[in-house]
Amino acid sequence: MNPAPSIVFFTTASGAGYGLLFWLGLLRPVGLLPQAPEFALACLALALVLVTAGLASSLLHLGNPQRAWRALTQWRSSWLSREGVAAVATYIPAGLFGLALLADQPGLATLAGLLAAVGAAATVWCTGMIYASLRPIPQWHHPLVAPGYLLLSAYTGMALLAAVSALGGVVGGLAGLIVMLGIAGVVLKLAYWNRIDGMRPAATAESATSLGFIGKVRTLDPPHTETNYLLREMGFRVARKHAARLRRIALVAGFGLPVLLALLASLSGGVAPLALMLAALLALAGMLVERWLMFAEATHTVALYYRGS
Amino acid sequence: MTCLPDPVPGAKKLGLVIDLDTCVGCQGCATSCKEWNASGHSAPLPDYKPYSAGAEGVWFNRVHSYEAGEGAAGRTVHFPRSCLHCENAACVTVCPTGASYKRAEDGIVLVNHDTCIGCGLCAWACPYGAREMDEDQGVMKKCTLCVDRIYNETIPEAQRQPACVLACPTKARHFGDLGDPDSAVSRLVAERGGQPLMPELGYKPVNSYLPPRRRPDQVPVEDAPTQMDIKNPVLRWMDRVLSRAEG
Repeated sequence: MNPAPSIVFFTTASGAGYGLLFWLGLLRPVGLLPQAPEFALACLALALVLVTAGLASSLLHLGNPQRAWRALTQWRSSWLSREGVAAVATYIPAGLFGLALLADQPGLATLAGLLAAVGAAATVWCTGMIYASLRPIPQWHHPLVAPGYLLLSAYTGMALLAAVSALGGVVGGLAGLIVMLGIAGVVLKLAYWNRIDGMRPAATAESATSLGFIGKVRTLDPPHTETNYLLREMGFRVARKHAARLRRIALVAGFGLPVLLALLASLSGGVAPLALMLAALLALAGMLVERWLMFAEATHTVALYYRGS
Repeated sequence: MTCLPDPVPGAKKLGLVIDLDTCVGCQGCATSCKEWNASGHSAPLPDYKPYSAGAEGVWFNRVHSYEAGEGAAGRTVHFPRSCLHCENAACVTVCPTGASYKRAEDGIVLVNHDTCIGCGLCAWACPYGAREMDEDQGVMKKCTLCVDRIYNETIPEAQRQPACVLACPTKARHFGDLGDPDSAVSRLVAERGGQPLMPELGYKPVNSYLPPRRRPDQVPVEDAPTQMDIKNPVLRWMDRVLSRAEG
């Protein structure tokens, strides 16, 4: 599958923004975060900027962005529509959360923050399910895909929360949470890559053409001599040796280094702000690579018609 | 809207039956499809850079050629690929806007080009590559089963068939109601053992492909007459003399 830059940026930026919103709404009431309204407002602003930038970028992917509002109508059947509804709906408690902080209404702030956390998690789940529901793409139609989107969103959101928190002088247990989520992320990605490497294709050239009863099917003559939309959009596939290198980059830059930096931050308070800032940036950069690979390693059954088995 | 219509027993399921035994890969169906749809329901059907290198465009029908099997048992098979108007059409249910829909009255899968946002998710959801983006208009386009021909009362009745079916010089394409077990197309599928494509994905395609017929087992061999086969006595004598000379 062709990794569209707008979608790679969208899922990375919005994923981190929703992760940040999730943790902010969830951890503030239990006292794990600085209680100053300024801190929560700064985090909320960062989360909404990332979410909004990501959503705006996803509109660039559309052929007719001015009709995007129509995507809110088919939530009964479409995960993409559900994602849109959840994304728009989440702005309401998130906005209330901000207003309650400004108006010094701690009770309302807690409630709205928790609702925003639920909305953030629901939105990211829908994003994951858009991919996980596509049967022609076996690397996406996999039980680890939607949980992966949730976990990586939680991880990058936590990295951002810890960085902002450290700037305010509080390191606390957040660095420890980065370590836990980062290790969980590594385990999940390694398990996922292990599964997709040994994966059976969703179909074969024989079943795609119904000619298997004669024998093995080979392509002889393509239907067109130039490329087309199908080949550009769904025929894209990264070379195996590049994929292996990019996987290592994603693991080291996206998970390994941020985890080490978080450990360093929890050991010595002095370097914590710098270390956690760097950890957040590395985690986000690593996520861009991971998302690009998510597309580039995915294969679509339409390629069987052009490539054969 | 993008929920699929409830399956009703005996409901009309319009579709194509494609005979892989007689298709000669002439591309006539693909060309005729392009010609009709460049001006009908789906118009315009764009070509990008049509007069220079890299010419490409949107087509609803693409004719591949394959080799199947090995040696004497192998076959060359021409394979037209277009929308199969699936009963379980995920291209419809994934659509976030309701632009993609399956008609309850005849099962045709269509796109409303006035409400499509061009997200491309339906093309990802289609295992068969039936949908192609019109990158000029920013909307998805696909085979309409010539919905603007088959119900068109302004053209003679015999021509109320998809353009690809009318164009086929070997009658390898048949159009009809596959929901009616007594229709000509359903009987053809039953007699010839018509096959769905990628049945393991569960999309339940309506279109059916008739397999190439099995060839007789004995293969023709070069003519090598024996002495007993030579009727003419003079030739028989010559054969005997020549055979002795080789001796």
